[in-house]
Amino acid sequence: MIRVALMLGILVLGSTGGEIAITYGMKATGEPEHFTPRAMLQFLSRAFRNGWFWVGVPLMTLSFYSLLLLLSWEPISLVIPASALSYVVGTFGAKYVLREDVTLARWAGVVLVCIGVALVAAG
Amino acid sequence: MATERRLRIKTLMMVLAMVVCANVGDLMLKRGMSQIGAVQVSPTGLSHAFRLTVENGAIWIGIFFLTGFMLSYMTVLSWADYSYVMPAGAFGYAVLTFLAVLFLHESVSSRRWVGVVLICVGVLLVGQTKPRTTELPAEVPA
Repeated sequence: MIRVALMLGILVLGSTGGEIAITYGMKATGEPEHFTPRAMLQFLSRAFRNGWFWVGVPLMTLSFYSLLLLLSWEPISLVIPASALSYVVGTFGAKYVLREDVTLARWAGVVLVCIGVALVAAG
Repeated sequence: MATERRLRIKTLMMVLAMVVCANVGDLMLKRGMSQIGAVQVSPTGLSHAFRLTVENGAIWIGIFFLTGFMLSYMTVLSWADYSYVMPAGAFGYAVLTFLAVLFLHESVSSRRWVGVVLICVGVLLVGQTKPRTTELPAEVPA
């Protein structure tokens, strides 16, 4: 039980931490000027040169492998609903780390999505 | 006001691209891996499976769409809030359920339908909020 809780913690914190780091990196990279192939290649090249992107990738890789490990221990109908907690943890991260303005409507939406994903995954 | 409307449309289009690419990519990977069959976890089994995946067209289509997902995800996060994009992306779960009913004629439990409704209402609520609430790029050195 403890190892499942620990791995779930790694899964949730790894995925949200990785996504927040990538968001930092992408905000610093800035929007692509156009959606032409050339502009998109320049955009990708700027993104890949940002250190936060490379902080995010290993964290997301860690969360992916912890997901695989969890799936080998527990049924998918438990693992995916539990991992839906990422929506709530990610929103806390967005508010306190990325300093986004998370309004009441956005919180309500996130909580509904979190419960909804848990129900859909549980089948 | 026109700028905000343009930002909202641009963000929703990119989230839609994310959802379509992720779902098509996952379905193609699933199709490809089903064609390959169960992978034996041994050096010979893994090398055999690797050769089969490289030669499988569905896997390559899956990789193409999942690359498209990553590109659209990175692009939308360059201007939109993470707390806007993340729940909006969950719309894919609802789309998959509708696709399963329409094309695969799967029976869906009432619990799952309740989940789909909650996701749709949640995404609508998040969709009403401003896609970007931080004005300046976060210039944080890594």
